[in-house]
Amino acid sequence: MSAWRDVGRDLRRAPVLNMLTVTTIAFSLFAFGLFGLVAVNIRAALLKVEERVEIRAFATEGTDVAPIAAAARQVQGYPEVMSATVVTEQQALARARQELGEFSDVFEEGFLPASIDVRLKEGHRDPASVKAVATRMHGFDFVDDVRFGEEWITQLYRLRNIAFVAGVALGLSFAGVAVIIIGATIRMAIMARAREISIMRLVGATDGYIKRPFLLEGMLKGLLGGMLAIAMTYFAMKSIEHYLHFETVFFERRFVILGVLAGALLGVVGSSLSVGRHLRQAI
Amino acid sequence: MIRLTHVTKTYARSGTALSDVTLRVGKGEFVFLTGPSGAGKSTILKLSYLEEMPTSGEVKVSGVSSATASRNDVAKLRRKLGIVFQDFRLLENRTAEQNVSFALEVIGTPKANIPNKVARALTQVGLASKANALPRELSGGEQQRVAIARALVNDPFLLIADEPTGNLDERATRGIFQLLREINAAGTAVVMATHNLELVRSSDFRTVELDHGKIVFDSAAEGAAS
Repeated sequence: MSAWRDVGRDLRRAPVLNMLTVTTIAFSLFAFGLFGLVAVNIRAALLKVEERVEIRAFATEGTDVAPIAAAARQVQGYPEVMSATVVTEQQALARARQELGEFSDVFEEGFLPASIDVRLKEGHRDPASVKAVATRMHGFDFVDDVRFGEEWITQLYRLRNIAFVAGVALGLSFAGVAVIIIGATIRMAIMARAREISIMRLVGATDGYIKRPFLLEGMLKGLLGGMLAIAMTYFAMKSIEHYLHFETVFFERRFVILGVLAGALLGVVGSSLSVGRHLRQAI
Repeated sequence: MIRLTHVTKTYARSGTALSDVTLRVGKGEFVFLTGPSGAGKSTILKLSYLEEMPTSGEVKVSGVSSATASRNDVAKLRRKLGIVFQDFRLLENRTAEQNVSFALEVIGTPKANIPNKVARALTQVGLASKANALPRELSGGEQQRVAIARALVNDPFLLIADEPTGNLDERATRGIFQLLREINAAGTAVVMATHNLELVRSSDFRTVELDHGKIVFDSAAEGAAS
């Protein structure tokens, strides 16, 4: 209770400074949030592209449908596979005519081979998994050729990995900035109470007791900063949608909660580093 | 109770503050530490409440050794010590009563026990009537009494006083010294650093004189020798 009382007293002592602190934390988390929003939207776009990853195993001309259908059932049993569909020569022709309407009269009966079209489950659309399934499908006697756009998938994944690494690096940088800002503001609070802290130590207060109100204060500021940052990110997204006519995705609720908790955690870490340093300067 | 064994203390910037000092202070003793500025008096006191650790040698206070003490051990040891300074170190925005109760609150004393203990300590130093005064409303001597009340409120076995009369006039000095004598008479050991030789001569307490980080005189050793 006394730790909360100390927090209350500190907050009342310098309300403007504390408001500025929360706002600064909010802005640094807002930058983090904006980047997160971009990352989430890139990820959503990539997922849509990924859904189009497909393996096509073409049958040798004149192969009966029965062995192709049997093979498709077998492929359907692979753990990575979401669907394996048999496309007969006629269906392939119809599809080509539909997709390439203006050239429809060019295609003749028997021009396109039958195939098994395979779609993979989410999480198995990386180049290695796609190639592994394609290689296994090559093993069927009737298969003449397997195509899956190897280069395209590799490029897609490279893009995804770059986005992930950039996201982690920038995320950590912004988190670092938030920790430094919170640490610096808590340091001001520590300086304001330096005399009190030195007396506490002299009369036998433990480090834990001395640290507690500062950690609570950091947590509270981080929590408020986190909530403010989420609100600012939400309004930024709505503005982008409104003025730039983008269809955007916002964070899922669990990520919103996680974001606010991350703000609180950054607050605790920043305070802990700051007050820990202060206490370490004396035995 | 306090045992310094071959203690040397060196600071990176100012050099050697204590050089191979061995000193023992027993239960209930009253010891003056005297000597010129920079002789090492305050360093011995800081080592006694483990604010500083020796560069070499060992300091042992009430069984807590500088060689092995954790930060928690130091905190627990200080609950059994009372420490007063020349500059009083009171919280300016708290009353005398609150300054004393602060020492109990921060070590987790049950709330119900605090008012009685505080009242007793303030009575002991003769300031019961000024419990609600802020430090700036008190004289120097009275402020030092509040600091002593804060040091006494936990019933320490040892009171460490670093120039407690350094900022006081002669009358207040005599008052504070008398108070320290009474505290000692009640069983608490007192180690007091002072420049005031008149005060030292006015009593027959043990005197340890330091110069350039070494003990150059110890009345206890002299007494034993004679």
